[in-house]
Amino acid sequence: MLSPFEIIETIKMIQEENLDIRTITMGISLRDCCDFDGKAARVKIYDKITRLARNLVRVGEEIEREYGIPIINKRIAVTPISLVAESCDEESYVQFAQVLDQAAEAVGVNFIGGFTALVHKGYTGGDRRLINSIPEALSTTRKVCASVNVATTKAGINMDAVREMGSVVKETARLTAAEGGLGCCKLVVFANVPEDNPFMAGAFHGIGEPECVINVGVSGPGVVKRALERVKGADFGTVSETIKKTAFKITRMGQLVAQEASRRLNVPFGIVDLSLAPTPAIGDSVALILEEMGLEQCGAPGTTAALALLNDAVKKGGTMASSYVGGLSGAFIPVSEDAGMVAAAISGALTIEKLEAMTSVCSVGLDMIVVPGSTSASTIAAIIADEAAIGMINNKTTAVRIIPAPGKDVGDIVEFGGLLGSGPVMRVNEYNCEEFIKRGGRIPAPIQSLRN
Amino acid sequence: MRAVISVIGKDRVGIIAGVSKILVDTNVNILDISQTIMQEIFTMVMLVDISRANTPFARLSDDLKELGNTLGLSIQIQHEDIFNSMHRI
Repeated sequence: MLSPFEIIETIKMIQEENLDIRTITMGISLRDCCDFDGKAARVKIYDKITRLARNLVRVGEEIEREYGIPIINKRIAVTPISLVAESCDEESYVQFAQVLDQAAEAVGVNFIGGFTALVHKGYTGGDRRLINSIPEALSTTRKVCASVNVATTKAGINMDAVREMGSVVKETARLTAAEGGLGCCKLVVFANVPEDNPFMAGAFHGIGEPECVINVGVSGPGVVKRALERVKGADFGTVSETIKKTAFKITRMGQLVAQEASRRLNVPFGIVDLSLAPTPAIGDSVALILEEMGLEQCGAPGTTAALALLNDAVKKGGTMASSYVGGLSGAFIPVSEDAGMVAAAISGALTIEKLEAMTSVCSVGLDMIVVPGSTSASTIAAIIADEAAIGMINNKTTAVRIIPAPGKDVGDIVEFGGLLGSGPVMRVNEYNCEEFIKRGGRIPAPIQSLRN
Repeated sequence: MRAVISVIGKDRVGIIAGVSKILVDTNVNILDISQTIMQEIFTMVMLVDISRANTPFARLSDDLKELGNTLGLSIQIQHEDIFNSMHRI
């Protein structure tokens, strides 16, 4: 039998250290929902989502109850709508976003991702229409998340798309100004986007995916932090070992829940995403893990090295715990969703430039960063270009989720509520980059040898 | 199906009696019990077989939680697999 110590360890992780399953995300292919008639396509989309996902929330809640582990979010990811809507002749895809919103509402999930276009090498007509529809789509729906992939290591960076996304981000902020630019919290610009990521706002159901699939994202920064408290002052070998063991245990929870959800819903199990995803809750912070390693505050010199170790150890520990690993898998550093990051940004220890360096060694990118409302579209585009370059050159996913909060300036704090938290407005380098962004075209794919 | 009932809190008279009463009423068989004082906190762990239970899991879980509230303790029932998957390879 299990020892009481083991049982209490698990219970403490859940009750005191915020261990949870962050999301069960059902991926649904909508490729069979295309139609010349947009209205007919939308009927098919609504019917398919509500048919396949009708038990998702109930099953999630059952598992939560029986195993005693909180499952915070139940979500849906669909085929990029640019592909599904492209066959119809409508100029705006806003109604497609609205039907996704209605379907999400009907089955009770809290987000649905897939208002997406993949334009790393160029646009099709559908891609263009989808991107043009993003600001209105995000301002007239509550649960829909949009993403655009603008770069890959194999294709290079589509700088036309980068430039356009600068304007799309600005326009989305303008249309949701009353809520601090909330629409931008649901919009991610990617390089090397994974096709099976269960985390929002960047989730969509990739074209290589099966008809329907269950992907699970785990979490547990609090558990890692607590484990490191027990090895205070030990060398980095010990730190790494401790994180690996903890990540293993966390991921086993994800594997169990994913298998069980897959069995009960009769949908194949896709992947477990090993990410350490923080929440605004006290103690559920990635920044505090970095600080536990000996940094006065997140952002201090040493932060990038600390994050590199953390990210790598999480992957090493987690990989053995799950039969299939995928998605973003690594440490997330969303500023507004992490109490430690927020504190570091307010004190000035953490800057956008330091965050940019951190994104070269962790799983995502500049995430949930609030900047002054006066930040120009070209500056936002240039920030996107910098992130895309890091992703492209290093063969990794990077992303930008940035909120130019209308009417807000450095020193203000913007409240988004719930898991999105509240973000301090961070200073942006104000030197002009307009001529750079105006060039357009593509940055060619990088050479894969001579890696210095 | 096997589940683990965990009781954590301050020791007092009637904990095992209270839990056992619920288990008798719902036809749940106790397979193993261990109790210990861990960091000055009373901890009891009970392995039970719920495959012949005459009540839904959710109800059993609620009844135990309620008993815990009455006794000023935390009482939880969880499917055994969550512990096995975390601690056994």
